[in-house]
Amino acid sequence: MTPGLPRAIGSKGSDLASTDSAHRAEPTRRDFLYIATGAAAAVGAVAVAWPLIDQMNPDAAALALATTDVDISTVAPGASVTVKWRGKPVFIRNRTPEEIEAAKAVPLADLPDQNSRNENAPTATADDSNRAAAGKENWLIMVGICTHLGCVPLGQHGPFGGWFCPCHGSAYDTAGRIRQGPAPENLHVPKYEFVSDTQIRIG
Amino acid sequence: MAGTSTYQPKSGFAKWFEARLPIVGLVHSSFVVYPTPRNLNYWWTFGAILSVMLGVQIITGVVLAMHYTPHATLAMGSVEHIMRDVNYGWLLRYLHANGASMFFVAVYVHILRGMYYGSYKEPREVLWILGVIIFLLMMATAFMGYVLPWGQMSFWGATVITNLFSAIPLVGESITTWLWGGFAIDNPTLNRFFSLHYLLPFMIAGVVILHIWALHVSGQNNPTGIDIKSKDDTVPFTPHATIKDSFGIICFFIFFAWFVFFLPNYLGHPDNYIPADPLKTPAHIVPEWYFLPFYAILRAIPSKLGGVIAMFSSIAILIFIPWLDTSRVRSATYRPLYRQFFWIFVATGIGLGYLGSQPPEGIYVIAGRILTFYYFAHFLLVMPLIGILERPKSVPSSITEAVLAKTRSGHGAAESKA
Repeated sequence: MTPGLPRAIGSKGSDLASTDSAHRAEPTRRDFLYIATGAAAAVGAVAVAWPLIDQMNPDAAALALATTDVDISTVAPGASVTVKWRGKPVFIRNRTPEEIEAAKAVPLADLPDQNSRNENAPTATADDSNRAAAGKENWLIMVGICTHLGCVPLGQHGPFGGWFCPCHGSAYDTAGRIRQGPAPENLHVPKYEFVSDTQIRIG
Repeated sequence: MAGTSTYQPKSGFAKWFEARLPIVGLVHSSFVVYPTPRNLNYWWTFGAILSVMLGVQIITGVVLAMHYTPHATLAMGSVEHIMRDVNYGWLLRYLHANGASMFFVAVYVHILRGMYYGSYKEPREVLWILGVIIFLLMMATAFMGYVLPWGQMSFWGATVITNLFSAIPLVGESITTWLWGGFAIDNPTLNRFFSLHYLLPFMIAGVVILHIWALHVSGQNNPTGIDIKSKDDTVPFTPHATIKDSFGIICFFIFFAWFVFFLPNYLGHPDNYIPADPLKTPAHIVPEWYFLPFYAILRAIPSKLGGVIAMFSSIAILIFIPWLDTSRVRSATYRPLYRQFFWIFVATGIGLGYLGSQPPEGIYVIAGRILTFYYFAHFLLVMPLIGILERPKSVPSSITEAVLAKTRSGHGAAESKA
């Protein structure tokens, strides 16, 4: 691969080593051609490999399903709906005043994950106001996938009255924040907006 | 130990062919006259059993692929079509599904045999590492095969396992999206898993060839762990090993057939007959039995990334045992202390398997942590320390001497096999 490096090392073949050291001093045109050819081949191999790797990423059809509109007029307080967005379940919950109070009463220091995990307020803390819909604190909209290993948590289950994952025992509170168990993060809040008072667009 | 071929082509055509492609000579020197230790016991037949099981899986798999449809809405229907409509479809599918379990039964025996008799020790390190690679490929193949019926366990097993990669810092999420071909497990995932499930067995076959090649370079280990010293220590592969392996294969096939015909769903999970539902996770997700010990290790660590690292390490650590074992003696037959710890290790593995099937709460979590600790301690503490502390029993000077001593002390004048 690298001509010019000594081919023989050690006591044997000292003649060879001395002739080689003469070569080593001055790289030749041939050395340059070897390296240039090798570099071109490496770039070519990467260029060929990339389409073979990238074909596994989400295709145009999957990306086209990027937004989903949901009518929430029928979701009464204390009820939830689960809709499918990009193949994932999204929980839309109309929280009761008790649930909101319970979530607000939790001091930030008690939370294992203090980031809001809210794509609409990416850097905010995990206070209830940063988890619920802006200005509509009864609405909680989250991707229904446990942040541990991707199971769908059960609603209104578990020790904190929020969500509970049956797979490995992660428990979330009424604001969907992780409180107990192996999950590292709060349930993620996707990007969404209220198109009208009864219609939201996820994505 | 491969020995030069003594094959002498007789007919004119055979001479002509051998001069152009000496494959008959290769087979002759590798599987006919190949000198195999005269004291191999039945634990040594599992290599042949595994080769045959790979063949069974490839043949039944290729024909199942003629009837299966890798599509999220059609997969389960096509599996039921195989079970009800296709001629002998029920037999082919049960052979394939139970064949996977049997493959793992055999590979665990094979690995433990290697650990008991020190088959990983110098000069067989590369042979052993090739075996670990085969084991990893087998696990990947079995996992993707289990996804194909697209039942609830298929779907949620795939979700949990692919989400392991999301634990990788920074790039984890991109990797899972790439693996899925979407934002969740869906049809693109099923399609690619089918493609890879078809590919990987042939990669296994390739590594098996390297494994056998390496075996024939260093020669087989044997129950005494002593090197072959003279021609008296060996017998020709055919008929001795051929017949012994064949008998082992037939006994194993009886065990296999018992499951296929009488307990075809015993090793599966009933939830996998419920079609996959991306919005509802079953109450208890458990992997197939052969993954349970590793699943228990995953759950024993109370951190997502930590659990994933522990699980992968529990397999990767096997690569290093040729260097972790410090003993000069290969076979546990002459290692009184190691032999006891070997069986403790086997019990630990079975215990982890049991814990992996239980819900992750209370005493099961604590027991899981203790056994996980011991699993790693066996490799990182017990193996290096025992090699130094233990006083091995005196090792016979040759395989022949060991065989004759056993025959002489045995009751009823057991006949020497030589």
